[in-house]
Order: sequence, then C-alpha cells, then structure tokens
Amino acid sequence: MTAITQIRRNDQPIYLDYQATTPMDPRVLEAMMPYFTHKFGNSGSRSHAYGWEAEEGTERARAQVAKLIGADEKEVIFTSGATESNNLAIRGVAEFYKDRKNHIITTVTEHKCVLDTCRHLEQQGFEVTYLPVKQDGLLDLDVLRAAITDKTVLVSVMAVNNEIGVIQPLAEIGRICRENKVFFHTDAAQAAGKIPLDVEALNIDLMSISGHKIYGPKGIGALYVRRKPRVRLVPMIVGGGQERGFRSGTLPTPLCVGLGEAAEICMKEMESEAKRLKKLQERMLDGLRSRLTDIVVNGDLEHRIPGNLNISFAYVEGESLMMGIKNLAVSSGSACTSASLEPSYVLRALGVEEEMAHTSLRIGLGRFTTEHEIDTAVDELVRHVNKLREMSPLWEMAQEGIDIKSIEWAAH
Amino acid sequence: MSAAAYLDHNATSPLRPAALDAMVDALQAGGNPSSVHGVGRRARAIVDTARREVAALVGARPAETIFTSGGTEANNLALSGAGRRRVLVSAIEHDSVRRAVPRAEILPVDGDGVLDLVALERALASSAEPALVSVMLANNETGVLQPIADVVRLARAAGALVHCDAVQGAGKVPLDFRDLGVDYLSLSAHKFGGPTGVGALVVRSAAPLGPDRRGGGQESNRRAGTENVAGIAGFGAAAAQAIRGLDVSMLRSRLEFSLVQIAPRARVFGAGVPRISNTTCISMPGVPAETQVMALDLAGVCISAGAACSSGKVQRSPVLEAMGVPAAEAACATRISLGWNSVAADIERLITAWQDLYTRVSQSDISHTESRVRAA
Repeated sequence: MTAITQIRRNDQPIYLDYQATTPMDPRVLEAMMPYFTHKFGNSGSRSHAYGWEAEEGTERARAQVAKLIGADEKEVIFTSGATESNNLAIRGVAEFYKDRKNHIITTVTEHKCVLDTCRHLEQQGFEVTYLPVKQDGLLDLDVLRAAITDKTVLVSVMAVNNEIGVIQPLAEIGRICRENKVFFHTDAAQAAGKIPLDVEALNIDLMSISGHKIYGPKGIGALYVRRKPRVRLVPMIVGGGQERGFRSGTLPTPLCVGLGEAAEICMKEMESEAKRLKKLQERMLDGLRSRLTDIVVNGDLEHRIPGNLNISFAYVEGESLMMGIKNLAVSSGSACTSASLEPSYVLRALGVEEEMAHTSLRIGLGRFTTEHEIDTAVDELVRHVNKLREMSPLWEMAQEGIDIKSIEWAAH
Repeated sequence: MSAAAYLDHNATSPLRPAALDAMVDALQAGGNPSSVHGVGRRARAIVDTARREVAALVGARPAETIFTSGGTEANNLALSGAGRRRVLVSAIEHDSVRRAVPRAEILPVDGDGVLDLVALERALASSAEPALVSVMLANNETGVLQPIADVVRLARAAGALVHCDAVQGAGKVPLDFRDLGVDYLSLSAHKFGGPTGVGALVVRSAAPLGPDRRGGGQESNRRAGTENVAGIAGFGAAAAQAIRGLDVSMLRSRLEFSLVQIAPRARVFGAGVPRISNTTCISMPGVPAETQVMALDLAGVCISAGAACSSGKVQRSPVLEAMGVPAAEAACATRISLGWNSVAADIERLITAWQDLYTRVSQSDISHTESRVRAA
C-alpha cells in the first residue's frame, strides 16, 4: 500500500474546483483502510465479531456526523450521497404527508437533483413553488413568507449554493418554517463542514450531506431526519431494513467511516480553515481586480463561503478561457451540467445577462490550496483574459467607448 | 481476529487486494467524472475501464451496465424502473426484491428450494396483463441455482419481462447476460471481493427503465448522483479477477461429508440440486442456530444463522419455510459460505468446532434442547 504523501504532483493542473469534488484527506483514507482490509465484516452480521467490529465503525461514524450538525446520532441515516439524500428527503416527505398537504416550496437556484425531484413530484400532482432569489443570490424572506399556505408541507432551500457559494439565511428560514409548522429541508452538500450548522439553532428538520464535498469519499452521504418533532418519510430503497427502515442496503463500512472522519476533521479545523481560505479568496480577488478591469463577482461576497469565487470576465468566452488555462482545473458551472454549453441557470436567476453568464468561471478553493497556487492561478487568468480580450472585437469597441448594447446587429 | 475462519462470504466477502489497490489509486487521483478538466476526465476514464470489466464479468455491453450503490438499489431500480404493475416473484427472493413490490404475486419453490415452473406458467397464463418476473440466480441462504433459462422461455412466451438478482451468483458461476436472456440483472461488488457501497444493474438495451432518483444526468440519465469512483474502480478490479470463477466445491464436499458424519441427522438443504459451490445450509439437529453461531464464534469460526440484513432479528428463515422445512428443523439451520480466500484450514477449524459443540450438546440433554426448540 502506498501512502498518500502529497495531493498534487507537479505535472498535474492546479485543482480549483472544490465545489465539484474535493480530494480526499489522507487522514480520512487512513481511517478507512482497516475497514477495507481486516475489519471487512457486514455491519448487519450480528452473529460474529467481524460484524460487530464493522458496526462499531459505522456507529462511531454516525456519531461523528451527528456531532458536526448538532444532531443526535439516531437522527443520521447513511445514503449513497447527497443526490440520494435530497431525493429521499423531498420525495419521502411529500409522499408520506400527501393526504394532508401537497405543496412544496423551493428556490430556482437549487441543485439539479432538488429541482428535478420537484418537477417529478409536480407530474405526480404535487404543487411546487419555485421562489426567485435576489440579485445577490439570496432568498427574500418576505417572498418565502408569502408563498407558504396551509397546504405547504416542506420548504427546501440549500444552505450554500454550489455555483456561487452564497449562504442562505438558514436561521430565519428555519424560524419561518417552524412558525408555520412546515418542515424545513436544507441541501447542505456545500455547507456542512465549512460553516457552523446546528440543526437545533437553525430549526432544520432534514439536512443532506455529501462525503466527497468534505474531503471524504464518493458514494456516501447522509440525511439528517429530525426525531422531535418527528419527521416521517416513505423510503426510496427497501429491502433488509437497514438504517431503521429509511434506507435498505448493506452499509459500506469504509465509506461510512470515511464520512465520519471527514466530518470530525472539518469540525476541528473549521474555524482556522475558514480564516485561511478567506485570505486566499481575498488574495485571488485582489490580484485579479488590480490587474484586470471589467470583472464581476457573481453572488453576494459577504454571505459566502470563503472557498468559492464565481467571476464573470466581460468580453471573454468562459469556455475559451477554460481551454486556455490548461494548468488550472476550474469549471464554468456545476459539474453535473458542465458538459453542456448552456449558460448557468443559477447566474440567470440572479439576473446576470446571458453574455456575462457565458463569461463566468467557478473557482473553488479548499484545504490543499496554497498561496503559491493562488498566485500562479492569478497570473494564468490575467494572461489569458488579456490575450482573449485582445482578440475580441467587442472588447475593442468597448475600449473605444461604443456601447455594445446600442448596436443593432444585422440579421444573418 | 485475523486468525479466525471467516465462512460468511454470502454476507460480505473480504476485499481482494487488487480491488484495494485500484481503489487507493482512484482515491488518490480524485476528481469528479462529470468535470470537463483533466482531473475530471481521468476520473471518467477510471469509471469507463471498470464498466468494461464489470460488463465482461457477465457478458454484457458496457453501455448496458449502470452503476448503483449496491445490490439492494439495483433490485429496487429494476422492479420500479421496469414500469410493470403486475410482478411475479419467487418465494425465496431477497428482501430487497420482496419488499420493493409488496403487492407481488409469490411463486412457490419445491422442497429443494427450486422455483416451481408449473406454477410460474400457470401464473403467467392467469392474466393478460404483461408482467415482470423476478427470480434470483442463486439463493443467498441455500446457494440453490434457479432455472433462469426456463423462466425466460416461459416469460417471453407470455410477453413478460424478467429480472434476475444475480448478487450471490455473479463471480461464482459463469454468466452470460445474452445467453441468459434476462432483461435486468442485479450485481453487488462486495459479495465477490469488491467493496461495499457499489453494485450494478445490467439492462438490456431494449428493456424499459425509468429512473428512480433524479438529479445530474449521470449514468446516461438512468442513475443520478456523483459516481462512487473508487468503489467502481474496486468493483471493476474484483470483477476482472472473479471472471475466473470460484470453485470451492472440493472444500465444501469435505465440509458437508464431515458434518453429516458427525451428526447423521444433520440435513444439508438443497443438497440434491445444483448449487453455487460455496454455500452450505445445514441443520445441527436439536441445537438452536443462535447457539451454534455463538459457540462457533467463540471457537473463531464465523458463520451465520441466515441473511446478514436480518440476522440480528430472531425470526424464521422465509427461504426454508418456503421449502416446507419444519419450523423446529429450520430453527437449527445455519449458513456456511466460502469465498475467494477460503482455505482447507478454515474448513478443518469449522469441522472441529462443530464436532466439539455437537458432542457437548449431545452429552447434555439433547431431547431437552429439542423440546425447547419446538416450544419456540
């Protein structure tokens, strides 16, 4: 077994796509290793020591995840990832309570798996309200209040957006939901381990967590399901009745252990890591702003995780820029939709014009990002943005003071 | 711990070293396969390679192979995704099939635990509504192989789709998806030395499949969620090795012969019909299964009293019940299952421990124990 000694070899691009996925922390792999090898038992096996040993691993991990979000370990269910958690939370609640209530509220900037689940429920006869967000990407609480009816069963609002990193006002949303006796689900895939989350203080009833966004493994996630007052769900995967019947299937012990360890490390290092990333974020932004004009940060900068920047470089095509900066692994939006050339629906929801949305890059910083990498990235970006702008007739016209929007393009 | 004889491979099999290596490599490489940049493309390549390896294990095309979080999800996905309201399942299916369609019509098995084909034919003929038939390849408790080719023939004639849960069969008997002729085939990595948390559903390209979960368009829009890259890599590596098959029939013959010699009234369930070579379901007359399992565990031998997912609960095995095994006898049945790293020493250790227990109990009051079992 080769030990992980460093995350990046020198010939590899600088990884700045921490919202797509994070490299696994070597400490997490170390915690997982025994469960791959000699502690390989099935945690459902009650008849021998291999099974008990595996169960100790999963239950310790459950407690670690619970602690990260201020929950009781009985309230944490392991799933195959945040997509499954989001599907289970929204569909599970909708289907369980459908005889009494049939209305769900969410926002237009949610992750695709939330939006698609909601659309599917609409086809099944549920009513879904997709709330707009303000120009800064944040939800307007008055708009939320006005949308709640006596038929509303669930409000699903993500904690942190995956493209622009903005943090929604969870405490206020939680309070509004509790006052109106509506369940509050939050997709915390991008938030858990990065900002403090306490399900009690925030009145959260359901929370989705992903392993691979917090330096843990892929293929594992968790769903927090409140017990008091109790939230009930119709399960999506049935079978052996694992996870108290909420989610059947043999628990992948090493993955559970990895998620638990990742959660614990995040919790311990959250404060210092946030400070470090804030400095790196500022360093990058200052570097770009001091050397480039016409760049716009999409989404609120203050209510934002420090590990994210989403920047539009006016007059530069995002895809061309990405092709140029081969030494940087960044993305133009969410990874799931990154193969499509459609402008980001999140940026469009913020009112970013299509041209500007096309010029955006999502830059994700994280645990293994160094100052040196930031400086190199700034140099690369500045160089390529300048180069592309020099080739752009639009940029030239803008420099000459022509208002591009006033131009009437000839039909072709 | 490592000195113990682990004979519970049908619950989970230890990870093969090749699978672990592949996983560690994938974990170190990182990346989201949906990302366009180089790191993402490398992760995509790992997934693609593994998909070819898993498809090869069962003679399917890579494009027909959808990765899931395991056998349970694959079974659930097939049963709901096929979109058939009428579902026929055998009485010995795993809970992940039985409970996925509580309304399903149950097909009986005979005393050896083999599906009753006459009953299947009759059931198919009883309604014009097109059905989905779900029959496992090999039973998880007895190892008895099911007549899938006959199931497919009857189902086709009636316009029915066929799902086969091959979780316990794959990697143990040669499998060819095309020859088998089924529409859906479920696989689990950790039953043949791959990691837990990953499985696959193989779907014939012409068969219908509605998605069960929604989100990013991974797995050709058939299964949303960031791919478990490392798990998939381990699955592929394990499949590449398991393709050589598993033949531990010599070890099992030695085991069954010895145990029946020790306890002449012991019964091996399904002994008269084809089984996968690694599984023995056997009763030690008069000794409750829980007692056996605990005594053997103390002697450093790991076996189980039934399926792992329900092994914490004290309940009768639905498989043995369906086979018509009397309750008192079923209560004394345990499952011994071998795997890729089983060796003769494990079997000898089991035989010794079994003999010790049997002698001990026989010398005390076997009739007393038997009456207790009957009362339970």
